[in-house]
Amino acid sequence: MALLEINDLHVSVEDSEILRGVDLTIDTGQTHAIMGPNGSGKSTLAKVLAGREEYEVDRGSVLFEGEDILGDEPDERAEKGIFLAFQYPVELPGVSMNNFLKESVNKVREARGEEPLGAADLLQQIREKAELVGLNADLTKRSVNEGFSGGEKKRNEIFQLAMLEPKLAIMDETDSGLDIDALRAVADGVNKLRTDDRGFMVITHYQRLLNYIVPDRVHVMIDGRIVRSGGKELAVELEDKGYEWVREDAAVAA
Amino acid sequence: MSTSSTDLSAEERLVQAFEANEGQALNGAASLGEIRREAISRFSTLGLPGPKSEAYKYSPVTRALRHEYEVNVDAEPEHGVTESDVDDLLLPGLDAHIITLVNGRFDADLSRIGDLPDGVIARDFHGASAEHADLISEHFAQYADHRERVFVALNTAFTKDGAFVYVPNNTILEKPIHVLNVTSTDRDLFIQPRNLVIAEQSASATVIETDHTLTDSQTFTNAVTEIAVGANAHVDHYKVQAEGENASQVNNISAYQTRDSLFSTTTFTLSGRLVRNNLHITADAENCESRLYGLFMGRDEMHVDNSTLVDHTMPNCMSDELYKGILDDDATGVFNGKVFVHRDAQNIKAYQSNDNILLTNDADIYTKPELEIYADDVQCSHGATSGQLDEEAMFYLRSRGLSRSQAQSMLLVAFAGDIVDHVEVEPLREVLSETVTERFAETSEAATRWKA
Repeated sequence: MALLEINDLHVSVEDSEILRGVDLTIDTGQTHAIMGPNGSGKSTLAKVLAGREEYEVDRGSVLFEGEDILGDEPDERAEKGIFLAFQYPVELPGVSMNNFLKESVNKVREARGEEPLGAADLLQQIREKAELVGLNADLTKRSVNEGFSGGEKKRNEIFQLAMLEPKLAIMDETDSGLDIDALRAVADGVNKLRTDDRGFMVITHYQRLLNYIVPDRVHVMIDGRIVRSGGKELAVELEDKGYEWVREDAAVAA
Repeated sequence: MSTSSTDLSAEERLVQAFEANEGQALNGAASLGEIRREAISRFSTLGLPGPKSEAYKYSPVTRALRHEYEVNVDAEPEHGVTESDVDDLLLPGLDAHIITLVNGRFDADLSRIGDLPDGVIARDFHGASAEHADLISEHFAQYADHRERVFVALNTAFTKDGAFVYVPNNTILEKPIHVLNVTSTDRDLFIQPRNLVIAEQSASATVIETDHTLTDSQTFTNAVTEIAVGANAHVDHYKVQAEGENASQVNNISAYQTRDSLFSTTTFTLSGRLVRNNLHITADAENCESRLYGLFMGRDEMHVDNSTLVDHTMPNCMSDELYKGILDDDATGVFNGKVFVHRDAQNIKAYQSNDNILLTNDADIYTKPELEIYADDVQCSHGATSGQLDEEAMFYLRSRGLSRSQAQSMLLVAFAGDIVDHVEVEPLREVLSETVTERFAETSEAATRWKA
């Protein structure tokens, strides 16, 4: 059974169709990259998988471990083990990282049938995972993302990923806007979290990230459809030839 | 001629009550009598706010006063409030000088004033008006304007009792004064406490006023608190309104600041039926700092109105104002804040803002932050936001496993925390923080201390 199986997914927002029949299967332990030009529907796919409400699913199905999740609330999906690393992590002034992590980690643990973490255990986890992903531990004493730099916000997403230990992690343009040091640090964090029982969907506009997070499969999304899939060498080819090449190719095929 | 009282307007009934009580019942220092008569005459002339009143446009105070409240002048010996009621209302862990007013009258048995530093006075207004007539005549009715403000005029006419606090030159009052306002009556009372706080040069004091209702009868409180902040003095003031659902109030606070002084006031409106706050700060000398903060949390049919005025008459002063509202159910909120900078008041820094969250479609907010500036070298800003909880923030929290109500509660507590964090008195901050958290908790547990 696949970890994630998307069949003929059509999604619109305010009557404009954004996803026009997406098919994609990710097995556990695998990392799939989704590349594509701006506006091709990559981020929409990420948000639909995480349960953002403003998107209308017109057709198709999304199976997570064989179970249809399209009717689930965002928190139910999180409890099942889906994690979205946001393209633009939200600043939450007045919401302490500590309190936020406590509620969220324990909610997810409870769903997995695990005991909630006590204050001391939680603190230890926070220290360990922050170190693992290279997040400055002082940031965990602040409000969520408030006043964090762009790189710190992205690293905080990877940190939360490490804390919540999901089965499927969706990285929505985690690389965009990062300088090369921050990019390396983020990629390094992700690589440490790649395990046999976890799948990754890495959404990116740029091939550069895939030098650091080497994917098992690469998919190219254009106009709301996956038009081409291949191994990691596809990313390099795209970098050389540009998205126009795939677009023309797709047009010929259609 | 026989006139049944129902034929009289609210104004006429109140003037009649004044005439009936003016002699014995309202006695005090001789100078009070004159001001009282002037005040009732101003009250008659001004009248209660009519339908065209701009200042009371959104708040049906006059309509509420059509109810025939009984004007309370004498203390009610049978109020039934016990020591243990008082214990339940006090702030755990707060060592304070406690002045208890029951239905607007000082209650010596329920007060716990304790030892005061040399020269400090903390007691009933009624007794002070005889024993400290010099202080009263120097300060009473000097800061709250009974000539132009109708509810101040009304309160001034009926002045009888309340809290009186005096902190002399260079005296630091370490423990806060806690004025505990308790309403407990089986009658529909109209209650008018009058408080006066005087901090002389380089004095420092913290005053906490909290309002509570123990009974279900309908009551209307029209309170006035005058605060004189002397040169280089520092007064921290808190008002916590946690009255019952049949209790309405107009709360008038007037602070007058002199040179190099710091005045800070924070108002928490947690419950009540109709609550109108008139906060008026005059920074009448150079180098004053004024801070005014507020948090109002309306639910059911509650109506909360904050009307503030910061009057900068002199240069080189700073004022900072932030009010936040959270409105649930059918509640209505009003914020009308004005900062007035006179022509010669150069180099003023004044910031004002009001942010509101509406939790339902039936909740309403009317907000009007205003600057009126006649000086040309100032740094002022104002703004207001009103809306629902941020959807993106909700989605972020929910994508981490938090339910809708958990996420909402977390964001509301954070929103309110901005104001709660301004509270310098730790036991007060803790109770408020608890109250806010429990108000927005998913499943509201048993009533908290100030259940609100």
